[in-house]
Amino acid sequence: MQLNEFLILAAFLFCTGAYGVLARRNGVLVLMSIELMLNAVNINLVAFSAFTKNVSGQIFALFIITIAAAEVGVGLAIVLLIYRNLHSPDLDEVDQLKG
Amino acid sequence: MLENAWIIPTLPAVAFVAIVFFGKRSPGKGAFVGIAAVGASFVASCVAAGQWIQRVDNATGKSEGLAAFTKGVVSAGGAHAVQPVTESITWWQNGSIKFGVGTFVDGLTVMMVVVVTLISLLVQIYSTAYMRGDRRYTWYFAALSLFTASMLTLVVASNTIQLLVGWELVGVCSFMLIGHWWEEPANSRAAIKAFLTTRTGDIGLMIGIIILFFTVGSFGIGATNLYATSGHAQHAFLLAAAVCLLVAIIGKSGQFPLHTWLPDAMAGPTPVSALIHAATMVVAGVFLGARLYPVFFNGFSIGHGGVNAMALVGGVTIIIGAALAFVQTDIKKVLAYSTISQLGYMVMALGVGAWSAAVFHLFTHAFFKALLFLGAGSVSHAAGHSFDMREMGGLRKKMPITFWTFVIGSLALAGIFPLAGFWSKDEILVNAGKNGYTAFLVVGLIGAFLTAAYMTRVVYLTFFGEYRGHEHPHESERAITIPLVILGALSVGAGLVNAAPLGLEKIKDWVQPQVAFPHLNNAAFDYPKAILSVSIALAAIVIAGYYWLRRDELRAFRGLTERNALARSGYQFLVNKYYLDYLYEDIIVDGIRGAVARASYWVNQHVIDGVVNGLGSGSTRIARYTYDVIDQRVVDGAANGIALETDRAGAEVRGFQSGHVQRYALVLFGGVGLLSLALFLINIH
Amino acid sequence: MHWFDDWALTLAVFIPLVGLAAVLFIPRAHEQAIKTTALVASLATLAVGVGILADFNYSQGGKLQFIVDKSWIPLIKARYHMGVDGISLPLLILSMLMVVLCIIYSWNHFPEPHNPKAFLALILLLAVGMNGTFVAQDLILFFVFFEIVLLPMFFMIGVWGGPNRQYAAIKFFLFTLFGSALMLVSFLAIFFLSKHQTFQMPQLAQFGGSGIASGTQALVFGGLFLGFAIKVPMFPFHTWLPDAHTEAPTVGSVLLAAILLKLGAYGFIRIALPILPAAARAWAPWIGLLAVIAIIYGALCCLAQRDMKRLIAFSSVSHMGFVMLGIATLTSFGINAAVFGMVAHGLITGLLFFVAGSVQERYKTREMNRLGGLLTQAPKLGWILGFTVMASLGLPGLAGFWGEFPAILSAYNPAKLTQGLFNGDQLLTFRVYLVVAAIGTVLAAGYLLWMLQRVAFGAVKAEFENVHIHDVHVSEWIAWVPLLLLIVALGIYPNLIFHITHGAVSNVSKVFGG
Repeated sequence: MQLNEFLILAAFLFCTGAYGVLARRNGVLVLMSIELMLNAVNINLVAFSAFTKNVSGQIFALFIITIAAAEVGVGLAIVLLIYRNLHSPDLDEVDQLKG
Repeated sequence: MLENAWIIPTLPAVAFVAIVFFGKRSPGKGAFVGIAAVGASFVASCVAAGQWIQRVDNATGKSEGLAAFTKGVVSAGGAHAVQPVTESITWWQNGSIKFGVGTFVDGLTVMMVVVVTLISLLVQIYSTAYMRGDRRYTWYFAALSLFTASMLTLVVASNTIQLLVGWELVGVCSFMLIGHWWEEPANSRAAIKAFLTTRTGDIGLMIGIIILFFTVGSFGIGATNLYATSGHAQHAFLLAAAVCLLVAIIGKSGQFPLHTWLPDAMAGPTPVSALIHAATMVVAGVFLGARLYPVFFNGFSIGHGGVNAMALVGGVTIIIGAALAFVQTDIKKVLAYSTISQLGYMVMALGVGAWSAAVFHLFTHAFFKALLFLGAGSVSHAAGHSFDMREMGGLRKKMPITFWTFVIGSLALAGIFPLAGFWSKDEILVNAGKNGYTAFLVVGLIGAFLTAAYMTRVVYLTFFGEYRGHEHPHESERAITIPLVILGALSVGAGLVNAAPLGLEKIKDWVQPQVAFPHLNNAAFDYPKAILSVSIALAAIVIAGYYWLRRDELRAFRGLTERNALARSGYQFLVNKYYLDYLYEDIIVDGIRGAVARASYWVNQHVIDGVVNGLGSGSTRIARYTYDVIDQRVVDGAANGIALETDRAGAEVRGFQSGHVQRYALVLFGGVGLLSLALFLINIH
Repeated sequence: MHWFDDWALTLAVFIPLVGLAAVLFIPRAHEQAIKTTALVASLATLAVGVGILADFNYSQGGKLQFIVDKSWIPLIKARYHMGVDGISLPLLILSMLMVVLCIIYSWNHFPEPHNPKAFLALILLLAVGMNGTFVAQDLILFFVFFEIVLLPMFFMIGVWGGPNRQYAAIKFFLFTLFGSALMLVSFLAIFFLSKHQTFQMPQLAQFGGSGIASGTQALVFGGLFLGFAIKVPMFPFHTWLPDAHTEAPTVGSVLLAAILLKLGAYGFIRIALPILPAAARAWAPWIGLLAVIAIIYGALCCLAQRDMKRLIAFSSVSHMGFVMLGIATLTSFGINAAVFGMVAHGLITGLLFFVAGSVQERYKTREMNRLGGLLTQAPKLGWILGFTVMASLGLPGLAGFWGEFPAILSAYNPAKLTQGLFNGDQLLTFRVYLVVAAIGTVLAAGYLLWMLQRVAFGAVKAEFENVHIHDVHVSEWIAWVPLLLLIVALGIYPNLIFHITHGAVSNVSKVFGG
């Protein structure tokens, strides 16, 4: 297989994720979109690793998976708290940081 | 005492401190301390004068008499010239140059300290009675002591800075004393007017001193005079300095056009007026002119004849001051205008090269003017504390001592032979004529006429006729009459000091500096001129007396003829009495009393005073405008504007920070996109 | 006394800091203990000052003495370098003295909202900054002390001030901070442009800006100028001053007028002139111009005032104009006069603000239209006001004269400058300044006497007729008598200051040929 296919897949996934992050209002969906973007990167890393016969890419991918798990944990907790405080998972309502 | 002359001003200064701190608890509530100090100072001054005279006489004896120093005084330290005695200690320094403070004692100095301490002593004794029961009796004596100390500091000053110090201190003391009764707003206004007007003149003194310092290279009075007479002096700088110093004299000595403060200064207690007019304050200006005379002489080229600013100022002042004296009803104001006029004589004398005449007139004027003021005080003290002549009259019988001394003072002021004023005024006139200043001789004669006339009016209104007041006038007590008698005696005899026809020329011998002094040709006594001036004064007295008498009581035709007979015996001017009646009453007296004097007074009050007041109110208006518009709006506005703009910019940018995480992410992605694009475009080659 | 030579300046600067720490540890309730501690700390500082006065070698007034020179921040070559010479000494002693007097004055007079603990702590902190500025010989050290001063003054105005205090405090802080920011930039520029890359003032002065292009020098001088001119304050950078003074509590006004304004002028003499002499020559006519504008302008603004304290504040603008005129001539006459003028202005205006504060405390107003007859109700206070007014208008025989007259004198013959105004004729330029400054003395007499007349003379106004006005309190006497004595002593014998300063001033002016 060519490298290109992997990259195209990863790009597709990343764009989907990015769209989700920017456009969805539900916090959970935003989190999931972030996961998508992370995994798109993972795909890239693994693909490049295989292509260049360099193992460090795969090691990075493993790191990212671990970190993603942690991040989801924290992220969900935040979303849960937002829901509890605002009675809605809608991120548009979270604008307390406004200047 | 010549070497230790510092004691003379120090004594009253110490007395000032002592009275301020311990006065209320001391005997006499501070008056005794003041009198004792100034008395001791007077004794010290007399000792100094004696030593100086001895020194001069010894030096003269060794040389070939008078001739040695009438011709050879231009060069520094001619063979037997008596040097001034200077002492000084370091006062301040700049780099390694040290500037001293000390004493400069010569004939002029000793004459001045004697006059100042004597007048001050008499005034203080007089004040114990006059000011009894005053709200601030103790403070009054403290201020008098400081006043005397300041004037003495000025007189003995060895350098111009010290002179400036004394000069300004004198100013501030007169401020305090003029405003002594500061509860009345008018008094404090007069005090401030006096201080500010003289301080305007002080700008001239300050700048003059600075010019002299940089031209001469020293503040020393001796060094300055030496430089000015050295012949290689830079004339332009001397002229500039002389002009500046003349401004100072104009301010301090009440010369036209800065004389307006002097009549207002009558707001102070009468003894203070006597002190201001006779010995301190206004005399300081003339003293400055005499002290730094070489600067004026060479700066204004007085030796070459021709009109110069100094003589002109003096001449104008003589007439202006005297004319104004006619329209006053306040006895002290008449005397104030008379002082202005007499100071005009002194300044004019300096301006026409009659140094010793000017100093001589200063000397004699001190006695009779102090006498007149103290006499006026005595009258008002006895007659209900009013100075309005319309409420006086007929006091001749009720207060004989005051009356006779006042008459003596008036006659001396009018220049009647053989009283003190005659000798000095005559010397001024003779010298003015001799040095080629004929116009000023005429001015002086007119002044003499006016002086005699207005003094006659004062004497008549105060002492003759019927009493018009509502009090019970009585002769004043001894503390008041004794000074009057002493001053009366001096007003009679002081002129003999320099009575040229009797061979007495002590002012020239003892007082006129013999080193660093321009060569002056003092005119010899001139009988026709002397007779002329006395005749003019007598004529004025007779005419004025006649006028006032007739004007007052038309019913007394018999008295009128008596007067005329008296007049006829002395004056051929009065032969044709109807003609003279008409001339003097309707043209001269009414003209002067009416049009000229009123016009002068109008100019005085509206133009000159108006300019002073206008400058005051104008600068307040400018100040308000500057403050309101420029400071508050423009300058301050600029400062506030910068802050405001920063704030507004912040408000604009604030909208960007919405708080929406997703919007931030959009910006983030957008930014990354743009950056990638940029990277792509850069790397495209 | 060898140890004293080494430690004197460190003690002088840091004893107030120790006092501050001690004050902070005492609970708020123990007011008496707090006041005593603060007073003891300030007195101890003054004692060190007296020791320095006694030990100072007056024949070597031009040389730095009591030098401490230790490594401080090696990374940026900043050193803990302090020393005094004839220029610093009078100002250092003045600063120590004023702090003691301020603490005594406020003994029973703490303004609202009271809280002596915080108030005294701030005064002590001010003392650290002020003393430090006058002895620092390292630009960074100087900057640190210069800035330390801002903070306590900001809080003093902002917390204990009048109704409009917050505006005034912020204006003061921002204005001066703006200046010091540019000043710091200039310090850095000097560091990098100088041959040895040093912050040490003596070395930089010796080096005298050689090798720096004249355009660059002028720019760097501009930064210093702004920093110092705002502090002085010079026209047109003065607008913070009236507001700060009007709103500040009495003691704050006193310290502000007596010491803080001196920091700027001192900076000119100590840093700007010796380090960048060529630029100073180029800038001098303009500094002189601003100085004489300030003299006249300040006086005119005074004439328009109704508020007593605001009038005194504007008079500071006018008086500091004389100081700056002296400095602008770059001659020893002028700079000597400037140092004398600073000390005299510190004493006199300090006293004026004290008196104004006491008047306000008694009448609860500073409106001169409402006041009057002070001499009747409180004669001693009235006389002290009169005396101070006389001193302030430059009466010879009192201290004010010796700052004013030599400054005017020096303008007759300035040092050789690069250029002048009026077609480049520098002599003419400065002689015009001379005349204008001399006219300023008359205006000064006008506004001060006018104030005296309105406040002290005349009859008491109806609204205060039945109010009991206490004459001078004991604490006021203790605080004022030293000032009164010094004003008289310096006026009668000015060499007390001139013989200290002349050596050090010659060091500064000899570069300019003066």
